[in-house]
Amino acid sequence: MKKSVFLGALTVAGLAAGAAAAGTLDDVKARGKLNCGVTTGLVGFAAPDANGEWNGFDVSVCRAVAAAVLGDSSAVEFVPTTGKTRFTALASGEIDMLARNTTWTFSRDVDLKFTFVGVNYYDGQGFMAPKDLGVSSAKDLDGATVCIQTGTTTELNLADFFRSNNISYEPVPIETNAEAQQQYLAGACDVFTTDASGLAATRATFEDPSAHVLLPEIVSKEPLGPLVRHGDNEWGDIVRWTLNALITAEELGVTSANIKEASMEAGNNPEINRLLGTEGTLGEMLGLDAQWAKRAIEAGGNYGEIFEKNIGENTPIGLARGLNAQWTDGGLIYSPPFR
Amino acid sequence: MADQSTNSVAFVRTEEVPASPPPANAAGPVKWMRENLFSTPVNTVLTIVAAYVIFKIITGAFPWFANGIWNSQSLAECREILQGTTGGCFSVLSERWNQLLFGFKYPPELYWRPTLAFVIFLLAAAPVLFFKLPRKLLIVTALFPFIAYWLIWGGSILTPLLALAGVAGGYVVYSRFVTNNFAMGFFGGIIAAFLIWTIGGSILPDGTITDGPMQSVPSRDLGGFMLNLMLGVTCVSLSLPIGIALALGRQSSMPFIKYVCVIFIEFIRGVPLITLLFVASVMLAYFFPPEATVDLFLRVVIMITLFSSAYIAEVIRGGLAALPKGQYEAADSLGLDYAQAMRLIILPQALKISIPGIVNVAVGLFKDTTLVSVISMFDLVGMIRGPILASTEWNGVYWELWLAASVLFFIVCYGISQYSQWLERQLATGHR
Repeated sequence: MKKSVFLGALTVAGLAAGAAAAGTLDDVKARGKLNCGVTTGLVGFAAPDANGEWNGFDVSVCRAVAAAVLGDSSAVEFVPTTGKTRFTALASGEIDMLARNTTWTFSRDVDLKFTFVGVNYYDGQGFMAPKDLGVSSAKDLDGATVCIQTGTTTELNLADFFRSNNISYEPVPIETNAEAQQQYLAGACDVFTTDASGLAATRATFEDPSAHVLLPEIVSKEPLGPLVRHGDNEWGDIVRWTLNALITAEELGVTSANIKEASMEAGNNPEINRLLGTEGTLGEMLGLDAQWAKRAIEAGGNYGEIFEKNIGENTPIGLARGLNAQWTDGGLIYSPPFR
Repeated sequence: MADQSTNSVAFVRTEEVPASPPPANAAGPVKWMRENLFSTPVNTVLTIVAAYVIFKIITGAFPWFANGIWNSQSLAECREILQGTTGGCFSVLSERWNQLLFGFKYPPELYWRPTLAFVIFLLAAAPVLFFKLPRKLLIVTALFPFIAYWLIWGGSILTPLLALAGVAGGYVVYSRFVTNNFAMGFFGGIIAAFLIWTIGGSILPDGTITDGPMQSVPSRDLGGFMLNLMLGVTCVSLSLPIGIALALGRQSSMPFIKYVCVIFIEFIRGVPLITLLFVASVMLAYFFPPEATVDLFLRVVIMITLFSSAYIAEVIRGGLAALPKGQYEAADSLGLDYAQAMRLIILPQALKISIPGIVNVAVGLFKDTTLVSVISMFDLVGMIRGPILASTEWNGVYWELWLAASVLFFIVCYGISQYSQWLERQLATGHR
């Protein structure tokens, strides 16, 4: 009851704010900076480095949009948000877009009045257990103690999974991911559960990662993607197609290495030509110039390059492409055509 | 009876035996240990157990400190150097110390500015804390808020100068009228100050400077322990006068003032600080249009100040209640009006009684400033939980970082506590 009242208030306020800020593109251009909401810190996805420069998988999306709209991938004001402040920051107009590993769900899309422009990472909830425990499947976990972050969807997914498999468990509720790692290492719980990407990143920081295994079960769908407010479809289109441009660039083999050459003049592949603005008027339809997608791709490379640089197998996080491979390689990453 | 000295007998000693040293087990450390550590069997057992625990802790922790690595670039590198031996990766501190102290966005070439502000802060606090120092130092104290603002945020010097002019103008009006009527002087001063600020603010150009040594630093770029200190100092010093006013208001015989104060205090004390911070960061964003938001730092300062002033008001009310009724009557019988009686007789005594409570609130408030990390401000705790632990280099370093944070907080809080004990001794005028 309380929650619905709060969400209702949020919605009303969000509607008012959304209506007031209808011309987000003009606002951003006038400001000369893109206000992009990111997390306060998540390994590989968004974190400032030793020089205070933001880097990461989600951050690259912000930079690509800034490059497309403003022509400068550094013209971004990164607004760090916590899980609790992210939606109000977006609804109130404090930020123009949110790229903060946020799961696309029905209620967030419909009830909170946001538009998810796509999915940039397909995640899912997994389990990590010490090797000594000798389990090979989450279904063997009958009676196990489970470390779990409170107040997240992971808590509900966990309950659903154990109930549908008719096995019992003992939750150990924990506030932050960092605390969960410590509790798990100290043996306060048998299993640690959170998003699979988070588990991999956590395991990579252990002194002996090989002593822990990720169980094969993925018990939830967590499509993570950037989102904008309802009420400004033009702006939503810009963010959506910037993300699609990065994905299409990988599919078509356009990389930061060959993009300069490819965008000099129209080539043999008409879709590359349309993407890079050497043919057609796609940029104009978006309210941008013809080179928008070229700049977006130049900012950090195509989708595959961004993935490899921030969270790929050669980084300490070491995530495999898996579901996040291009559809041509058996993954789910798929962009509608540029035509 | 004959005189002994002249009429000595061979077997009678004429001089005193020199005192021999006490037996070894009744003096020095042995005696002290016997009395304090091994006086009864139970105490002996407890001593041995405690000694064993201390021994274990020291031998367990010592190698961790002694083998600590101070010069690696990442956690993986640090673990490689350690080769599985016990040792702390303190290199996270040597690599990220600037982020822990100043936040990750404050321009590194400008670190001298907050550092200088901190040094001036010590100078400015000294005459307030130690009243034997020359009173002329109070000029530094009076100017400190404006200097500190200019140093930390940068920008045109005209902005702090205008603020100073407003305060000075208000003071002139106040001192002109206060001899006749305290209320008139007080409100006249406030009105004068606001007039100067509004008029000056509309004349002054935008004070933002984009580069150079005094370039502007927006509030959201502040962070680290600097942010905790700034919030702590600002909110404690603002909440003291507000708390005094609230405590007096609560005792007032005028019903309107009394009930406003009572409702305010009870409301604020009934709400957790973290709720107020969420209101500051989230709800207020809805009430203002997106362009005209009040600075987040200012919103947080207001909320924390409101919170701590309610607590300080209750502490001071305790001090006021502890004064014998005769003190109030004595003031009345001297013909002092309300403001004079309070300033000259009641408050000096009530505040002295309240010192331990006020210090308690101040220490608690200083530690509560770490709560701003949940509204995505990067104070010391926010820096550790967010950027540093989320970097690929340092994800997984916990003990070293949190130990550093607790050392910093301990130094400040222990210092405050020692000062308050010294102050109580200084002010002890022998009423007990």
